[in-house]
Amino acid sequence: MSFVNLQHITKRFGNVIAVKDLTIDIEKGECFSMLGPSGCGKTTTLRMIAGFEDLDEGEISVDGRLFSSSYKKYYLPPEQRNFGMVFQAFAVWPHLNVFNNVAFPLQIRRISRAEIAERTRNAMLYTGLAKYETAYPNELSSGQKQRIALARSIAINPAVMLLDEPLSNLDPKLREEMRFEIKDLQRKFGFTIIFVTHDQSEAMALSDRIMVMRDGVLQQIGTPLNVYTKPANRFIFSFIGLSNFLPVVVKNGAVYIEGAENSGCIDSQIPSDMRSDKMVLACRPSEIELKKNGGVKAVIKRKVYLGDIIDYRIMAGSTEIRVQKNRRSADFAEGDVCCLKFNRLLWYHHD
Amino acid sequence: MLQRYIKSMGMAEVLLVLSVLILVVVVAIPVLLIFWTALFVDGQFNVNDIVKVLSEQDTYEALKNSIVIAVGVTFFSTVIGVFFAWLVSRTDLPFKNTMKLLFLVPFMLPSFIGALAWKMLLSPRSGYINKFIAGTFGFEGSLFDIYSLAGIIAVETMYLFPFVFIQVSGALERMDPTLEESARISGADLVTITRKITLPLMLPSIVAGALLVALYSLAHFGVPAILGTEVGIYNIPTKIYERIYQSAGSFAAIRTGTILSAILVISAGIILYAQSFILKAGRFQVIAGKSMRPVLLKLRRLKTPLLIISVLYILITVILPTITIFLVGTLKTYGLEFTLGNMTLGNLKYILFDWRLTKDAIWNSFYLSLAAAFVTMLVGTLISYVIVKMKVRGKFVLEFLGVLPFSVPGTVIALGVILMWSGKFGVNLYNTAWIILVAYIARYMAFSLKSNSAALEQVHDSLEEAARACGATHWQALKDIVIPLIKPGMVAAFFLIFLPALRELTTSVLLYGPTTRTIGVAIYTLNEDGETVYAATLASVALVIIVVGQLVIKRITRSKVEAV
Repeated sequence: MSFVNLQHITKRFGNVIAVKDLTIDIEKGECFSMLGPSGCGKTTTLRMIAGFEDLDEGEISVDGRLFSSSYKKYYLPPEQRNFGMVFQAFAVWPHLNVFNNVAFPLQIRRISRAEIAERTRNAMLYTGLAKYETAYPNELSSGQKQRIALARSIAINPAVMLLDEPLSNLDPKLREEMRFEIKDLQRKFGFTIIFVTHDQSEAMALSDRIMVMRDGVLQQIGTPLNVYTKPANRFIFSFIGLSNFLPVVVKNGAVYIEGAENSGCIDSQIPSDMRSDKMVLACRPSEIELKKNGGVKAVIKRKVYLGDIIDYRIMAGSTEIRVQKNRRSADFAEGDVCCLKFNRLLWYHHD
Repeated sequence: MLQRYIKSMGMAEVLLVLSVLILVVVVAIPVLLIFWTALFVDGQFNVNDIVKVLSEQDTYEALKNSIVIAVGVTFFSTVIGVFFAWLVSRTDLPFKNTMKLLFLVPFMLPSFIGALAWKMLLSPRSGYINKFIAGTFGFEGSLFDIYSLAGIIAVETMYLFPFVFIQVSGALERMDPTLEESARISGADLVTITRKITLPLMLPSIVAGALLVALYSLAHFGVPAILGTEVGIYNIPTKIYERIYQSAGSFAAIRTGTILSAILVISAGIILYAQSFILKAGRFQVIAGKSMRPVLLKLRRLKTPLLIISVLYILITVILPTITIFLVGTLKTYGLEFTLGNMTLGNLKYILFDWRLTKDAIWNSFYLSLAAAFVTMLVGTLISYVIVKMKVRGKFVLEFLGVLPFSVPGTVIALGVILMWSGKFGVNLYNTAWIILVAYIARYMAFSLKSNSAALEQVHDSLEEAARACGATHWQALKDIVIPLIKPGMVAAFFLIFLPALRELTTSVLLYGPTTRTIGVAIYTLNEDGETVYAATLASVALVIIVVGQLVIKRITRSKVEAV
């Protein structure tokens, strides 16, 4: 039996289905992230786990104990679930100083004063807040505010930590730093993390497993590598990284880019179980090789330096293809003719 | 020399000087004259006299009453305002949005008309409720005597609590709901969250609303004038009125008035300073994050009782007085029972078409409000523009003068205007409509400045700069870019002045002459003269005008929003 268990969860807001028949199992100590564009139902799912939203259908249980059930009309109130939670907007209380912010959940639990002080100081130590004990949140930077929120949620040593886009209000550099800190805290305390984000690189860096959602419907669950290399559908492929989708035609058993049949065929075959009239070839810009000869002939239309990487826009017939190459690899100028070799490509049905 | 200086002035300087001049003449000099008259006798600084005036039994009583009333009204308005604000924004009370609108209705009703209605309902002998209860249960005396400090506090509270309600419900709605959610997930129940998180975070808004109530109550004329003077209860504004009215403008009376006025201005200044200080306290910034629906407290079994309490509150404080005014306004004689046979529309016809006094009053109020609203709106736009947009040396003078109108109560303005425009400085406007117009402009300048500068702050500097960069002159940029963009703010300012001016009482009651009664003054004097029924009829007309006016504003402002 998994640790956090969601069974056939459905949530509606008026006529809109926010989450549709979602079933997931999250293991103890796992870092599980929910990824998707805004409005995909990931935050709603997290809020249902936290107990802020009732369920229209389904059950949620944690560690074998029923927390929410639409069938039994039973909902354990959020304050009794013993979770830690960090919000996107920090949600640190401006009228309490750092110590009192972090100590709040302990004070609620009627622990002895000495123990509160000890556990609060510990939590502040682990999050690098030790010297700000008496400061007020408005005197601190946004990174420090988010650390208060983190310290507050680890102070009670929760079994499950819910993170609602905790990094998206931070600047990019701080964001990367905090990723590691969260991961370190998890190693130290061993809590289970359920993490909501719309940033695929954040999900990749932190998670043991990623769940991709779209319009309230589960798309794929897998390890970061698995989701990146074998996206279950075209939507996931495009959401998870830069992507090219090329319409193709099949002639005499060979595959050509549509409208560029004279430029040469693609050195690949459509898997026999996927054959249909309309297929699309999906390929990451970094997985296309630029060669002097041998492959699909194309013309360099635009070339942009992005530091270490060169970003090419290349025309094969009337189809634009994006290619990103290391600065040191073969160099082409705008207007040059080149040949494309598609390395790792995937096939999807045309929508 | 001077000519060269004037030639070297740019448009900025010209506008600055003009704005300063207007504020100085309209507001600053009258207020200065009050302080001067209060502090100096025959050109000599004289404190003994001030102490003497303040230690007179009746001025001292007035001061004490003002404070008692202000404290009482502030306390009850805060309790009621916070409670209803919390109810409509943090619970699952049914019909919340409708209730929210209804709680704002007392704001647009003139409180002295409310006082009039309560006098009709609860005056000790002839009040309808007192009579009904005495008749039904057959006991001597009355249920509640509205002619008392308690009565004044109760009626003022009914009309002033929306100040707190608006502040607090606004703050509750803007507050980031995750502040409460994170307390919940930390293990706190709703009672603990309300006590330890929500209330402390709301404290600045609560205090700001409460101070506003205190400010208004301290300087409030209408309710104590109708419910207090009859039994000798005076507060500062009614005492000033009584002195000036009785003595027909003798210097001793004016001096007492100016001393009391100076006290009003100073306390208003202190209150406003305290308020801006509290609102600026940065660590209470709680507005952030994506908006989610806040945690709503499920009232469960309390739902129906609390809804009934809210509806009853509205019925008793808004509907009952309004109906009373309308019904009494149709009676053939005051004190008759409400039967169809005792009612007539003749009263309405009489005050609208036959009686010179009321016809004049309606006409006077109408054109005075229109003129005041128009002039004040334009001047306010000019001054706000200089304050908000212009970089010019000496602006701080204007900024200081711009705050002044906010802290000068209506009674003080009237007195200052009397000192300035009754011939002492070569212009005598006393007993003419002009003196009322000047007073209205001074009184409502604050509204115009607030509305206009809010609109101007929305217009980013770069919009005007872009126009200049395209080759427009300063004037063209103003005319084609800035003015069209702030037009909604100007229109709002116009109506913010026009409607209150239409029912103004506090200032005009000190300034009216034989032919320059306004609607407010007419209602007040009719009531004083025992013409209760005609007072009620005229009050019903005023109420209809106010409600129609409010609906028109709503229409106009809404269509503006849609257009943008």
